[in-house]
Amino acid sequence: MKWFVLALTVLVAMFASFATAQSNGPLRIEITEGVIEPLPFAVPDFVPNGAPANEYAANLSRVIAADLSGTGLFREVPVSAHITRITDFSAPIKFTDWKAINAQALITGAVSVSGGNAKVQFRVWDVFSGAELGNGLQFAGPVDGWRRMAHKVADEVYSRITGEDPYFDSRVVFVSESGPKDKRRKRLAIMDYDGANLQYLTDSSAIVLAPRFSPTGDRVLYTSYESGFPRIYVLDIGKVTRRVLESTDGIMSFAPRFAPDGKTVVFSLSQGGNTDIYTMNVSTGSRSRLTSSPSIETAPSYSPDGSQIVFESDRSGTQQLYVMSAAGGEARRISFGKGRYGTPVWSPRGDLIAFTKQASNRFHIGVMRVDGSEERLLTASFLDEGPTWSPNGRVIMFSRETQGANGRSSLYSVDISGRNLRPVRTPDGGSGPSWSPLQR
Amino acid sequence: MTGFRITALAAVVVLVAACTSPLNDGNAVDLNGTGAGALGSVSDPTSIAYFQEAIGDRILFTVDQSTLSDEARAVLDAQAVWLMQNPEYSAVIEGHADEQGTTDYNLALGARRANAVREYLVLRGVAGNRLKVVSYGKERPVEVCSEESCYARNRRAVTVLSGALTG
Repeated sequence: MKWFVLALTVLVAMFASFATAQSNGPLRIEITEGVIEPLPFAVPDFVPNGAPANEYAANLSRVIAADLSGTGLFREVPVSAHITRITDFSAPIKFTDWKAINAQALITGAVSVSGGNAKVQFRVWDVFSGAELGNGLQFAGPVDGWRRMAHKVADEVYSRITGEDPYFDSRVVFVSESGPKDKRRKRLAIMDYDGANLQYLTDSSAIVLAPRFSPTGDRVLYTSYESGFPRIYVLDIGKVTRRVLESTDGIMSFAPRFAPDGKTVVFSLSQGGNTDIYTMNVSTGSRSRLTSSPSIETAPSYSPDGSQIVFESDRSGTQQLYVMSAAGGEARRISFGKGRYGTPVWSPRGDLIAFTKQASNRFHIGVMRVDGSEERLLTASFLDEGPTWSPNGRVIMFSRETQGANGRSSLYSVDISGRNLRPVRTPDGGSGPSWSPLQR
Repeated sequence: MTGFRITALAAVVVLVAACTSPLNDGNAVDLNGTGAGALGSVSDPTSIAYFQEAIGDRILFTVDQSTLSDEARAVLDAQAVWLMQNPEYSAVIEGHADEQGTTDYNLALGARRANAVREYLVLRGVAGNRLKVVSYGKERPVEVCSEESCYARNRRAVTVLSGALTG
């Protein structure tokens, strides 16, 4: 097994002279009101400063356009419709040319490359008022990381126009799946949120399940059968080292997630046929038991403040969702609709819980408020499962398995409004995604 | 508006690159849990092959249940007698679920099923220290269609023998 490590430093620079004026004019998407008509934008090729930058000039603008269009909130006015080209990043913008093609937002940029490093500058313009939205910014770093710089630009644009926290500069760890249903090979993979830069983290010699990022994105918890029994491992992504967390004979452990403190892991432990929820201190290995009942308790997930845990239990006779204190104790049921509810995941904003629902032989991804009210189903298919939240709590990624002997599992994303259902590009099948926090 | 001023230095990010070693044939080997060549002959009543064919190495469950049917108990009665007659073997009891259900829940359900078998065998006299349990949830179907005919065969507990490899 051979690994290499790439360090990428991102420098953020701001224009000095634009301290205040931020436009709050027409160039604004209020996501909460429900956007039907996407906002048209144009992102002409960035201006290359010197020949080494040529190959990145168009690629940067393509990644930015894909990020924004991928939200469903923006619609690109294609480059083929542009009347003018931007050839000088500092020259005044001819807004009439962009108004004429009905672009409401214009993103201009420049890129220079030297000695393996790239520098990317950009500005966002409100075409109809002719004003700049926010300040010009500059990112610098190794040219290998050019996609991250493009995501950073798109994150800025998204935030300035929607007022929301961004999510493009993030990664996803998941189970890459290949082969037929009865001979499926599974291995952990990590990629950018848009499917680029995929790398494998394990080989497929043992079944691996449900990887989960740490709160800082530097470690991944997962379940592996490499001992012959399902056990929880923690993988350090930077050092590429891993170790087993729980290896007591006669015990199976699975469904791990980090607490927001990054020091505690909550998970399911199965012994004597009974599955309950435990926590463990990652460094000391000391374990506490949070539930004690003959029913199945599994799929625990912390609230973002670490004070509560949502989980699933069949104590009522079918799988339902419950919330308890992070110290254990009495739990209150929050799901009451028809069907079975599983895999609850607390949103990073703390306001919603995403879940898998099984009813009338269909599977759904849905969200509900923390008290169980306002349940909304976002998807429906033969088998949808395992939601994970984007860093800003606006988008949910999950896996969808198709029906039948040739059934295949792949990753999808959907907006919490239920709109914009899209496949996530992966080379093979995928399941069990976990979305990282925003990278820094 | 001339020039840029650096105002912040963001964190260092570390990316991990690919495992470039050749991958082996995968983790989907050997659905019956026993390696070929160690099964022995069906005509040898002390062999794994005999246990699988003549005794029956698996029992089936109804949807979302881990209770043992009369038919299952009859198979397990025979397993228990055989295991007591062949004390050199130990066994891992695998619990499996069909694909209708979430991964975590099916792991817990498979654990229930495997444990139901283990407890029954112990009740029938097999020493508990010879019997381990493992749940595969919905990870290891033997049938691949998405119909009840396949699901019924996937909701199973399989008693997988080890030891006494020479038969």
